[in-house]
Amino acid sequence: MRINRRSFLGVLGLTGISLATGKKLSANPVKESETEFYGILYDSTRCGGCQTCEYSCASENALPEPDGNDYPEVGIIRKTNETKRTVINVYNTSKGEVYVKSQCMHCNQPACASACLTQAMHKTESGPVIWRKDKCMGCRYCMVSCPFDVPKFEYHSSNPKIEKCTMCFDRIQEGQLPACVENCPEEAITFGKRRDLIAEARKRIYDDPDRYYNEIYGEHEAGGTGFLYLSPVPFEELGFNTTLQDASYPELTKGFLYSVPSVFVLWPALLLGIYKSTKNNHNYVEENE
Amino acid sequence: MSNTNNIIAKDNDGMPIWKFLIDAFKPRGKFFTPFNMISIPIILAGFVLIVIRFAKGLGSVTNLTQEVPWGLWIGFDVVTGVAFAGGAYVITFMVYILNMKNYHSIVRVTVLNGFLAYVFYAGALLLDLGRPWNVINPIIGNSFGVSSVLFLVAWHFLLYMIAQLIEFSPAIAEWIGHKRARKILSSMTLAAVIFGITLSTLHQSGLGALYLMAKEKIHPLWYSEFIPVLFFVSSIFAGLSMVIFEGSISQHVFSDQISSKNHKAHNGIIHGLSKICAISMFIYFFLKILEFVHGKHWDLISSPMGYWYLIEMLGFVLLPMLLFFYSYRSQNSFLIKLAAIITILGIIINRLNVTVIGFRWDATSHYYPSWMEIVVTLAVLFIEIWIFRWVVRRLPVLRESPIWAKDN
Repeated sequence: MRINRRSFLGVLGLTGISLATGKKLSANPVKESETEFYGILYDSTRCGGCQTCEYSCASENALPEPDGNDYPEVGIIRKTNETKRTVINVYNTSKGEVYVKSQCMHCNQPACASACLTQAMHKTESGPVIWRKDKCMGCRYCMVSCPFDVPKFEYHSSNPKIEKCTMCFDRIQEGQLPACVENCPEEAITFGKRRDLIAEARKRIYDDPDRYYNEIYGEHEAGGTGFLYLSPVPFEELGFNTTLQDASYPELTKGFLYSVPSVFVLWPALLLGIYKSTKNNHNYVEENE
Repeated sequence: MSNTNNIIAKDNDGMPIWKFLIDAFKPRGKFFTPFNMISIPIILAGFVLIVIRFAKGLGSVTNLTQEVPWGLWIGFDVVTGVAFAGGAYVITFMVYILNMKNYHSIVRVTVLNGFLAYVFYAGALLLDLGRPWNVINPIIGNSFGVSSVLFLVAWHFLLYMIAQLIEFSPAIAEWIGHKRARKILSSMTLAAVIFGITLSTLHQSGLGALYLMAKEKIHPLWYSEFIPVLFFVSSIFAGLSMVIFEGSISQHVFSDQISSKNHKAHNGIIHGLSKICAISMFIYFFLKILEFVHGKHWDLISSPMGYWYLIEMLGFVLLPMLLFFYSYRSQNSFLIKLAAIITILGIIINRLNVTVIGFRWDATSHYYPSWMEIVVTLAVLFIEIWIFRWVVRRLPVLRESPIWAKDN
């Protein structure tokens, strides 16, 4: 095996392509945008567990109407699934029974969107994280990556969809409120700019410190989320995962992805160098032949 | 040798190419062998299950849950299978880059194995996709998810398959007896090898990097930010152990294909490989210990998962590593093969620990693969072996190249 002009040009060409590809790969995680995301503030001290949000979410998104016998009950943890984008649970806490809504958190830098190789999971400019069916190939890497286990997959369909809360992105674009926000009779769910919501949440805690636990869940978790929670008790008591890292999840793969272009530059050069320097080693084998 | 000359002679006799191909597709060898009798029903059952899977959705065949969306088909077929296919890049590195020509006789069979492995594991990936008709999206460029590790892995699979095909293509040219094509294709080998090794480095580690974002979901004894490095290093001895294992079987099954010179050289080859296995396993073991100590995981050892971790590390890394070292020094081929088998089991255990067993280990309901997932996995494996056998019986893979192809 000699290196001739042809193979040299071949290597050169491939290195060039690699460099070009490498560059593209380094354009990496979602930028921490200066644009203001929309968000939703959920105040569990106001929630009465009436499930109106569940019903309005189902009818808005053409999902089956919730079963009347399926209501929040202490000791039972209901989970979102491919027919329920949001559920209410109730927990027995140090301050009595507290209701909690769960749905997609709409992270500022969503793991699902950075995991998606087709950009089907998409963080919109205005904040909601949406799923686009014409792009998705159903690999379910979003489900593997999501620290909140939000995306749900229709395992029993030949044309499966990923189901998750979209913050009613279509309604927001038409200037309407998300269905759950609009229909909540207790005004437990507030829609607005994320920054305003954090200010509002702080104000509520400040005005009535006995009523609230002094923390906003989602302000820092997983790099900050669009959905923010106020609670009367520490969040562990409400089944929240409080061990999540404060850095965003796409950060975890950043180091690896950043190393890709350098490997693409260094490896071929190194390999070619080794090849050159060992080229004459094979003499002794040819004697055997 | 006479075999190959026959084919060339036929071709040179002016036999039309289609006749040649029809001839090539005729089955050869005995049909009623134990392997055929076991594999055919499983392959047929696999096809039925695949039809059901596409008609009724993944849930009809698999036990996947909303918490565990990747099961056996990804954890074993793809992640483990690709680790075993790592032999191709290691062997091409040794032969073409380091010019260790005494390993030349196993290059083709290893590359063929690697190529088929990628084709079939990428195929298994398609079975697992919920919306496979959109699989072209990340390829044709209407939606590049460039921040995704999976995007990188998908592209690398595709490019590496092409690189491996180029590396293997001189054998095809020799088979159909096309001198000019062989010359052109051979001249591309070095470029394909360099490109292939670069791709392999990145996607072997990339398969580990896929799980970096599942930080809280993987048992802390197996999750670390160094998964990519660990996956890469372990793919070296995983691939070589597979080369030793597969080579030892081929020596018997395809003994009619292997020249007596190469047959004699085989022991020397596996001795050399056992040394590389031992060294790379030592590096791997060392990295695992470093990671364990830095992660401060002492308290986790006295739990069921901790014992399982110890079994993996001591029984399936340290033990085969010592066996490789010992058998290399004592030139014991039997122990090398034994060590290779233990290593293969160890890699299966390790990859499944990261992807399936340790994934959501704390969940209330655990994922176990359904028998149907296992049957489909076996079917994929058997089809691959069938095709491998078909190619080896016809192309100059294990046997020597025809004389006209020897000079360069």
